[in-house]
Amino acid sequence: MNSFLMQEVPLSWYLLLSAALFSLGVVGFLIKRNLITVFMSIELMLNGVNLSFVTFAHQWHAVKGQIFVFFVMLVAAAEAAVGLAIIIAIFRARATLAVDRIDLMKL
Amino acid sequence: MHLILFIVFAGFCLAGAINLLLQSHPINSALSLIVVMTSLAVLYLMLGAEFLAAAQVIVYAGAIMVLFTFVIMLLNAGREDRTLGSRAAGRVGFPAVVAVLAVIATMILHAHGLGVARLSDGITTTEELSAVLFTKLLLPFEVTSVLILIAILGAVALASRGNGDQERTGGR
Amino acid sequence: MIDNLHLWYIPLLPFIGFLINGIFGKRLPKWLVTMVALLAPLGAFCLVLVAAAFAFFPANSRDALGPDPYRALSSLPFTETCPLPWINIPALHVDFSFVLDQLSLVMLLVVTGVGFLIHVYSVGYMGDDKGYARYFSYLNLFLFFMSVLVLAGNALLMFVGWEGVGLASYLLIGFYFNKKSAADAGKKAFIVNRIGDVGFLIAMFLLVANFGTLTFTEIATKLGMDPGWNGGVVTVIALCLMLGAAGKSAQLPLYIWLPDAMEGPTPVSALIHAATMVTAGVYMVARTHALFDHSPFALSVVAIVGAATALFAATIALVQNDIKRVLAYSTISQLGYMFLGCGVAAYSAAIFHLMTHAFFKALLFLAAGAVIHSLGGEQDLRKMGGLWKKLPLTFAVTTAGVLAIVGIWPFAGFFSKDAILYAAYLQGPNGRVVCYVGMFTALLTSFYMFRLWCLAFLGKSRSEDSHLHGSPWSMRVPLVLLALLSICGGWIGIERANGWINMERFSGFLAPVIGMRVAVGGSGDVELTLSVLAVVLALLGGVSAVLLYGGASAYPARLAGFFSGGYRLLINKYYVDELYGATLVKPLLGFSKYILGWVVDVGILGGIAWLLGGIAMLAGAILQRWQSGNLRSYAAWLAAGAAVVLISLLVPWTTVWPASIAFVWKVSGH
Repeated sequence: MNSFLMQEVPLSWYLLLSAALFSLGVVGFLIKRNLITVFMSIELMLNGVNLSFVTFAHQWHAVKGQIFVFFVMLVAAAEAAVGLAIIIAIFRARATLAVDRIDLMKL
Repeated sequence: MHLILFIVFAGFCLAGAINLLLQSHPINSALSLIVVMTSLAVLYLMLGAEFLAAAQVIVYAGAIMVLFTFVIMLLNAGREDRTLGSRAAGRVGFPAVVAVLAVIATMILHAHGLGVARLSDGITTTEELSAVLFTKLLLPFEVTSVLILIAILGAVALASRGNGDQERTGGR
Repeated sequence: MIDNLHLWYIPLLPFIGFLINGIFGKRLPKWLVTMVALLAPLGAFCLVLVAAAFAFFPANSRDALGPDPYRALSSLPFTETCPLPWINIPALHVDFSFVLDQLSLVMLLVVTGVGFLIHVYSVGYMGDDKGYARYFSYLNLFLFFMSVLVLAGNALLMFVGWEGVGLASYLLIGFYFNKKSAADAGKKAFIVNRIGDVGFLIAMFLLVANFGTLTFTEIATKLGMDPGWNGGVVTVIALCLMLGAAGKSAQLPLYIWLPDAMEGPTPVSALIHAATMVTAGVYMVARTHALFDHSPFALSVVAIVGAATALFAATIALVQNDIKRVLAYSTISQLGYMFLGCGVAAYSAAIFHLMTHAFFKALLFLAAGAVIHSLGGEQDLRKMGGLWKKLPLTFAVTTAGVLAIVGIWPFAGFFSKDAILYAAYLQGPNGRVVCYVGMFTALLTSFYMFRLWCLAFLGKSRSEDSHLHGSPWSMRVPLVLLALLSICGGWIGIERANGWINMERFSGFLAPVIGMRVAVGGSGDVELTLSVLAVVLALLGGVSAVLLYGGASAYPARLAGFFSGGYRLLINKYYVDELYGATLVKPLLGFSKYILGWVVDVGILGGIAWLLGGIAMLAGAILQRWQSGNLRSYAAWLAAGAAVVLISLLVPWTTVWPASIAFVWKVSGH
């Protein structure tokens, strides 16, 4: 019972989870065919990295790690806004959201 | 307690992520991603980052994912169709990802000096955070607000209907 | 006070003339072209006269003029070095240095003097030609290179002049470049010259390797210092130099270009192929006489080649029908005499003959030119005749020239030819053989020269052209001057000493440079006998020629029919050209066309070019597929690249390899 109510989680598990999330994000980027879903996997990658930052901030008890996460979130927000605007523009030009069809460099 | 919480919410994270990959309709993927986001918020909380947990829910799950959802509905994105894929993506990308994952996992497992996490251990208050943010890192903070302003302008410029119409009729 | 002779002006003036006439000649009025073209050699000649005037007076009489006003000349040799270095490395030091000593002075007098006269002659001869300016620019270029050759103080600078005169010769032989035979003759001359130049080059390499220097005086000093330099490598160097000389001076086996070189204008034949360029070989042998003196074998080779060439060419000249061809073979023959003289170490005699030959051969060529000019281009002896009435001046000067070349006393050729034969006779049993060959050749020389004289001038006119015109004064004056020189030119060698011809003064003058040859076993009687014998032989040849060809007798034709095989052999020049063509030229051309042309050029080089292009295109085609524009494939390669970087940085390779091998070992069940 004591082991069941263990109060401790090794930090390496958090890091493993972060690595797993990141890898899943990359896999999603590679195999998904919808442009928006691809973009979402990018967000997934960013979140995985955020988790590892917070873990290390907890490890060293450094505020800076968390501030970095804060900034990452900010930038991710800006990026999402602009990125989605671009996707809308692409959709207007191509009338398709399939990644494989958007293979000419100029719009 | 911590362990149980961790297992549950880490499980939600992974399940959401895998579901994101497996679903064919983008709205389902978006909803899975929301699950991931909120689980991550809980994990942040367990690691003592209160403010970040809140920010995660408010900004990521509450704003960004909503934006995604709106765009999906705006563009009426349907199920993905099986288009011609890219052979390279499968044959080159997968092994690369697997290799990276393996290497990182090995390094993490063999690392010394990583401690343990306990609940109510090393909680960072918002006050501590802001003390650093608004004194030492004031400039980056202001710059990022300008960045967001620019992002808004860019998004408006790109997505406004005027541009789109002109492009469709041949553009400038 | 003249401290500096400024020798470099002597080549510079013709070079300027070449540049002006060559670049602007077509746009300048004709009188200006002529003025520029004549001032250059005239200026050079005057400079040489200035240098000569003070060299000919011995030092003591000059002191009487006051404190030595011409300090620079009080001690020949006078060396002038350009302050800019040429080759300055530890292994070799070569400068642009001009040397004026007695030998180069004599040579320069001949080159610039006769050169100037021929320039004057050309004004009249080439007056109507379209390429007037071009002709004079080439002539000036030739003078420039020839003076560089003569003045050079080291073998490398001499080689520059050597090659340059070959170039000028090519340009001038092929002057009428629209005629295929002229263009071919130019090429032939240059190529055959080049073959000889290989010898010169190898000699230079050997000189650098063995003596470490190319300067003539230094080589002579080094040779003199060490008595061990005898035979061996010195012989090889001397033979290589002889090969170069054989190419330039048209000796066996490289004489074949000189008869063909008659395609050029006649003044060119006079200047280049009689008086100056072909004598460059003799000059070079005299310059490097130190090497030859230390190698008796090389000397005998030189003598034998000279004698053989003299005889060979004289026999061919007996039956030639083109007036210029007769003179060409005569030139080859006389050059053979000069080499004969060098070969018995009588260098001063050879140079003396060079000088007199320049006079009378140039005269003969110019006179032939006058005849050809008057007849409107006719060169065949069988179509000439009876010109003694119509061209009296030309007839007179030609007679003087013929008497000179034949060696009748007191004309110039007598003294020089006799000096050579006397020196040969004294050289031992082999020398005597060579001397007899020389005498027999003198007989032949007399025969063919008088034959030419008779066929061209005597008898009834066989030419079809009835409107002859005399020559302009610009052609006559040089003829007269050269005739005078042919008559008096040999008198320099006379010395009222205890010999008939002692050549003391001339060879004494040249002795500091060339070395005095001690006459062993000679005496005034031997000399007298030899000279009388030579004159008798010459008269014999002349009389028989006049008898055969003077009238319109059919005897020559009958003789030719009697010795028809020999006649055919001679008139076809012993088929040497055909022999060279079949053995050397045709295989070479075949090799070039088939092996080098098809196999190497088209096959190998073309194949390589095609291969490289093919590789580039193939790589491009492969890489083109990579740039698909597909987002996912780009992402995949990106991930792969990042993975490679990450793994190569993170994984400690030094421990992974052994660990993995150990792991595999363990797993495979040991």
